[in-house]
Amino acid sequence: MSATPAPTAPQSGETEEEPKINPRRQFRRVVQGDLSSVRVILGLVLIAIIFQVQESRFLSAENLTNLMLQITTIGLISVGIVYVLLLGEIDLSVGAVSGLAGAVMVVLNVKHGWNPYLAIAAAVAVGAAIGCAQGYLFSKFVVPSFVVTLAGLLTWQGALLQVLGKTGSLNVTDPKITGLANIFYGKTTGWIIAVVVIVAYGLILAIGFRRRQAAGLGDNNPVPQIARFVVISAIIIAAVAILNSDRGVPLAVLILLGFVVGMEYVVQKTTFGRHVFAVGGNDEAARRAGIRVNGVRVAVFSIAGAMAAVGGVMAASRLFAVNQNSGGNELLLLAIAGPVIAGTSLFGGRGSVWTALLGALVIGSISNGMDLLGLASPIKYMVTGGVLLLAVLVDAVAKQQRQTRGRA
Amino acid sequence: MSPDAPLLQLEGISKQFGPVRALDRVDFAVSAGEVVGLVGDNGAGKSTLVKTIAGINSPDSGTIRFEGNAVSIGKPQDATNLGIATVYQDLALCDNLDVVANLFLGSEETLGGPGAITRQLDEVDMENRAADLLSNLAVTIPSLRSEVGTLSGGQRQQVAVARSLLGEPKVVMLDEPTAALGVPQTKQVLALIKRLRERDLGVVVISHNLADVFEVADRIFVLRLGRPAGDFSSTEVTEEHIVAAITGLGNNAGARAEVAEDKAEAADRGPEGEKA
Repeated sequence: MSATPAPTAPQSGETEEEPKINPRRQFRRVVQGDLSSVRVILGLVLIAIIFQVQESRFLSAENLTNLMLQITTIGLISVGIVYVLLLGEIDLSVGAVSGLAGAVMVVLNVKHGWNPYLAIAAAVAVGAAIGCAQGYLFSKFVVPSFVVTLAGLLTWQGALLQVLGKTGSLNVTDPKITGLANIFYGKTTGWIIAVVVIVAYGLILAIGFRRRQAAGLGDNNPVPQIARFVVISAIIIAAVAILNSDRGVPLAVLILLGFVVGMEYVVQKTTFGRHVFAVGGNDEAARRAGIRVNGVRVAVFSIAGAMAAVGGVMAASRLFAVNQNSGGNELLLLAIAGPVIAGTSLFGGRGSVWTALLGALVIGSISNGMDLLGLASPIKYMVTGGVLLLAVLVDAVAKQQRQTRGRA
Repeated sequence: MSPDAPLLQLEGISKQFGPVRALDRVDFAVSAGEVVGLVGDNGAGKSTLVKTIAGINSPDSGTIRFEGNAVSIGKPQDATNLGIATVYQDLALCDNLDVVANLFLGSEETLGGPGAITRQLDEVDMENRAADLLSNLAVTIPSLRSEVGTLSGGQRQQVAVARSLLGEPKVVMLDEPTAALGVPQTKQVLALIKRLRERDLGVVVISHNLADVFEVADRIFVLRLGRPAGDFSSTEVTEEHIVAAITGLGNNAGARAEVAEDKAEAADRGPEGEKA
């Protein structure tokens, strides 16, 4: 809601009180990572320029729409991964869980004739239950989350094969399910959505600003807020215009953005989110402050499992099928790499849900652009690997610089 | 409770860890508006005593009185509920969170209305209260929204102390508040401790640094090998006396008398007591 991919550091949600904007200081902040999301956006622009120069279809409305559809599954899984990373933990099972959840939904719907919504709910419940169990094992027995979820990865891959049975692949035709990834809204609906979102965003910013002003907290300069509002509105309008000039606004993109915004709200604005950051920053301090540390851990792994399941449902909807490869291959690693590329720390306590979206965009555009250029998988993997390494190195250098300036 | 009765009073507290007698019949008291320095060598039982009061250890025997009433402190929550706050040496702050978030960690203010469903944080209210609290205590930090990890050691210590005051405690215990601080930062923290006294809190300061103890404490309580080895008014005693009491080697008459008395008592109870 109020945290955006606009120039804001994740933690400084509402401290936009820059008395004077000093360009050199701003530039240093970008480089050193206070504004790491800006750095990622600059990276995205660079990627776009590189591909656009070589292949003019890259920035076409059709391809951008495809790109958005391609990143929904990985983006949704990354949303859950961000929570786990904020704790300083890792969940290696999310790929397998997404495959299993997709299979559960399709099997219930196709073989057992369940109502599609019930089947989807059951799939998400399976994901959440798996996450809950893994989180419990990890926190109760103090086993590294790496190991618990590695065991999970193997187990749930096996469960996927078991659920699919002998055929190994199952098609889904229910329009309620396939619609998730294949419905496009008409032009008018698209604009209505844009207006509603922009007005709601403006109201939230205005109310927040008025409250802080009324409380005399010294925020009398509305310019940064207005700038933010203008930038975000422009992005929304541009996005809807582009999507409308192709097939329209896809439901899948709304689902992804809805989860990103909702989960960002939870982590930045609620007590639970604050406790997630606290446990990730210093679990002993959190415990002494009376936070139920293990409860937070179990909840976070449940969220990761549920989000993986949502991603799996989306993937099944997009492919019109589940098969033995669902949730396999590089999905897991890319879902973890995305937020890390976009600036969420692997060591806990730092990050935002926006990095799930930004990271998915980076990874998705590289993969999409290389497909357009007709480059083979080997090169794709190597380039993505290089980008991940580069992003982590830039982050590490930024962190070192911050530390030498005593701003760890 | 009579007006001059101590706020917190321990009588005959003993605590044994296996064969080690960490506290042996310790009497200890702190009154409102009084700063007591708790000193002793490593292993003298200072931390055990503080942990007993804070509810982390429960004593094997002895009575704890709070405002004149016998109480039992079985877990940290009990101590908090009575109004006893402890600031540990490692501070237990989250470096990745800002000052306001750390002050209110675990007791966040939430919004009413629709925000209550998600337990949405009331940042405005928390920031206001934090600003009031810190200005009352004359704590200076760059911004309430600075990450605690970016603050100096002295500022972190002051945030930790301020944090303990949010629950409106009556007794505050500080474990080595000036360890690893520079001279100006130590000054700031000692000044803060004096302001706690002005607020009529009972303050217990554990420290290895006798200069700091003399600077702030009204009374200095010495522990040696789990036994009380002297209880001095800081205006009537010299640093040498305290060192003598801590090491048990000096020529301090009071301390020596007490030690002798202990020995006699221990002898009465047989060889078991001698180990202490």
